[in-house]
Amino acid sequence: MAVWVEKDDCAGCETCVEACPLGAISMRDGLAIIDEKCNSCGACVESCSTGAIKSDAAAAKADTSQYRDVWIVAETRHGRVRPCTLELLGCGRGLANALDQRLCAVLAGKEVKGFAADMAEHGADVVYVMEDAGLEEGRTLPHARAITDAAREKKPAVVLFSATPFGRELAPRVSRRLGTGLTADCTELGIDGATKNLLQTRPAWGGNLMATIYSPDSRPQMSTVRPGVMKALPREPGRKADIVGLKVNLKAEDARLQVVELKKGLRKKVDLTEAKIIVSGGNGVGSKEGFKLLEELAAVLGAEVAGTRIAVEEGWITADRQVGQTGQSVCPDLYIACGISGAIQHRSGMAGAKTIVAINTDPNAPIFQIADIAVNADLFKVVPELIAALRARGDEC
Amino acid sequence: MYRDARLGVAELDVIVLVKQVPNTAEVKIDPRTGTLMREGVESIINPDDLHALEAGLRLRESHGGRVTAVSMGPPQAMDALREALGMGADAAVLLTDRAFAGADTLATSYTLGKCIRKLGRFDLVVAGHQAIDGDTAQIGPQVAEYLDVPQVIRATRLEVRDGELHAERTHEDGVEAVRCALPALVTVTREANKPRYPYIPRLMAAFDPNAPIKTWGPKDIGADERLIGLKGSPTQVQKTFTPKLEKKVEKLSGQPAEMARALVGRLKERRLA
Ligand SMILES: Cc1cc2nc3c(=O)[nH]c(=O)nc-3n(C[C@H](O)[C@H](O)[C@H](O)COP(=O)(O)OP(=O)(O)OC[C@H]3O[C@@H](n4cnc5c(N)ncnc54)[C@H](O)[C@@H]3O)c2cc1C
Ligand SMILES: Nc1ncnc2c1ncn2[C@@H]1O[C@H](COP(=O)(O)O)[C@@H](O)[C@H]1O
Repeated sequence: MAVWVEKDDCAGCETCVEACPLGAISMRDGLAIIDEKCNSCGACVESCSTGAIKSDAAAAKADTSQYRDVWIVAETRHGRVRPCTLELLGCGRGLANALDQRLCAVLAGKEVKGFAADMAEHGADVVYVMEDAGLEEGRTLPHARAITDAAREKKPAVVLFSATPFGRELAPRVSRRLGTGLTADCTELGIDGATKNLLQTRPAWGGNLMATIYSPDSRPQMSTVRPGVMKALPREPGRKADIVGLKVNLKAEDARLQVVELKKGLRKKVDLTEAKIIVSGGNGVGSKEGFKLLEELAAVLGAEVAGTRIAVEEGWITADRQVGQTGQSVCPDLYIACGISGAIQHRSGMAGAKTIVAINTDPNAPIFQIADIAVNADLFKVVPELIAALRARGDEC
Repeated sequence: MYRDARLGVAELDVIVLVKQVPNTAEVKIDPRTGTLMREGVESIINPDDLHALEAGLRLRESHGGRVTAVSMGPPQAMDALREALGMGADAAVLLTDRAFAGADTLATSYTLGKCIRKLGRFDLVVAGHQAIDGDTAQIGPQVAEYLDVPQVIRATRLEVRDGELHAERTHEDGVEAVRCALPALVTVTREANKPRYPYIPRLMAAFDPNAPIKTWGPKDIGADERLIGLKGSPTQVQKTFTPKLEKKVEKLSGQPAEMARALVGRLKERRLA
């Protein structure tokens, strides 16, 4: 909402009802309620003696000096902290140092206290722990409530989420509730030396253009951060943090979305975002048979197989293995692109790979513009030789 | 939702969010300068939004009701809405005004949210998962938050039964079946369905001045001028640049077997194999 009532702070004095020029505020159960006639004019915000009425407009002109500390929102899946959370800590550590402020990890979940030590050993100065049976993994509404409430109370300068499916679903709700800006899928974060603003760099236009974005007047400054790009710090055993429990006040409405069933078997579990090596194929692979060859190479390298949209559309690989703008964004140490032209929609999902090998018959294929090692040849000749050479090397050891 | 207790039917009011975007498939990179070549690139409906329209139309077909397409954009975004009518939407609203320009996702979600409130009742808002120019995927959840309704992101199947939304969404390690009360918001990807083509007579009719397309500005939706467009956008672009292509490409040459051996050598040096 652009203007809303913090129910807990409302004294029920009815001043706002009279202050509203549109008659958009009424009382229910002794509390003020703003209905859709509201045009966010802000008259009620000024009239309220307890500060219970908040608006986005006020947040937009935040007194930035009141906001301190860098927060990272930890993500657990299947009862484990995800590797991208440790990357966020690594990145957040650098930002906190540049600001000379604390790095705080936010752990919200059903049972997450046990991860506090991990957070500390990977760089956190403070760990905020929020536990509640309603904070199930992957549930946006309760997590949005918990994180928003905590941020309103503690006023962090920066809040970072991982740009995982869950993070990208949760962060926008938190930003909307706080009335602050949010930058999606950042690949680089830094602090402006002069203004101390967070500089958030992200790819746009399928990775062909980079944009650096900042929020000079709104706090907290929020981003989702692409997994696989930032570096986790090595574990520092015994490193300590302040562990602070925060109250969670979930409401019945936070359980509006019910998960009925998770059909795991339907899809083979592929999480390309955490793969270290990816062997990827495109139109040049030509057939499902052709992909068998790539699977063989992947098996030798301990890699995952992926591909372009064309490979998915032709049914050579499943949709969850598509890399690119409408597929997954990956960031492996090694990406071997076989028979892939390197269209911008594909590049946007893999240009961040640390080493890119391209095998393509067309010397002018755009993929060669971003490759580290260019193999201008027929993949059906090179890949079998490559498999043989890797196997031979394996035998030597 | 309109309910007819006697007939046991419930009609659905569906709002579909449609964005007009440049066809990035046609955007080429200048191989010398590494910049985008945008000249003459046509505008299209954002691909995911075609699936959102299809999802909305199918719900209307099984339940009755209305599909209203809403777009915020420059006047030429009217073409996207005409196409939506051509596909079968009942009505459309184009939010266009200079004051809307320069909006980031917070200001866009406020504007779309205000418009939906102004339209009155709705049971379901359907949006595309992400737009191909901005790639943020933030508008769906932010509009859901503004409207204070639950969201199903990346829905692949949706169905309304007994006044409840039953949906499936893709998950990193499976498909999750979820259920929630209406009203709600869903975003869809191209796994959801196969969009229909516009029906030509209907598309032609959408060019008629009496076609059911409203053009609204900030006043029409009661928007606060401080919260829309550039003014209402907390994020600002400091600079844009083309990613440095400083990588030194190493070209391997020779017979396939030689190249393969050289490649294994390089991977070994980089501790990748
Ligand atoms: C909105 C939108 C979203 C999209 N999202 C994605 C996305 O997420 N991911 C994605 O990948 N694409 C996406 N695309 C599609 C994208 O534009 C390209 O069409 C696609 O990536 C091309 O796939 P390709 O490289 O496999 O095929 P092609 O472009 O056909 O390239 C095949 C290449 O293989 C080479 N080749 C052929 N035979 C051999 C051989 N024997 N040995 C070696 N090389 C050979 C050819 O020289 C050529 O360069 C999207 C498009 C749109 C419009
Ligand atoms: N200006 C707009 N007008 C209407 N719908 C929009 C607009 N911007 C975004 N959307 C909707 O939100 C979805 C996600 O967009 P984005 O968050 O920009 O990636 C799109 O697929 C549209 O359905």
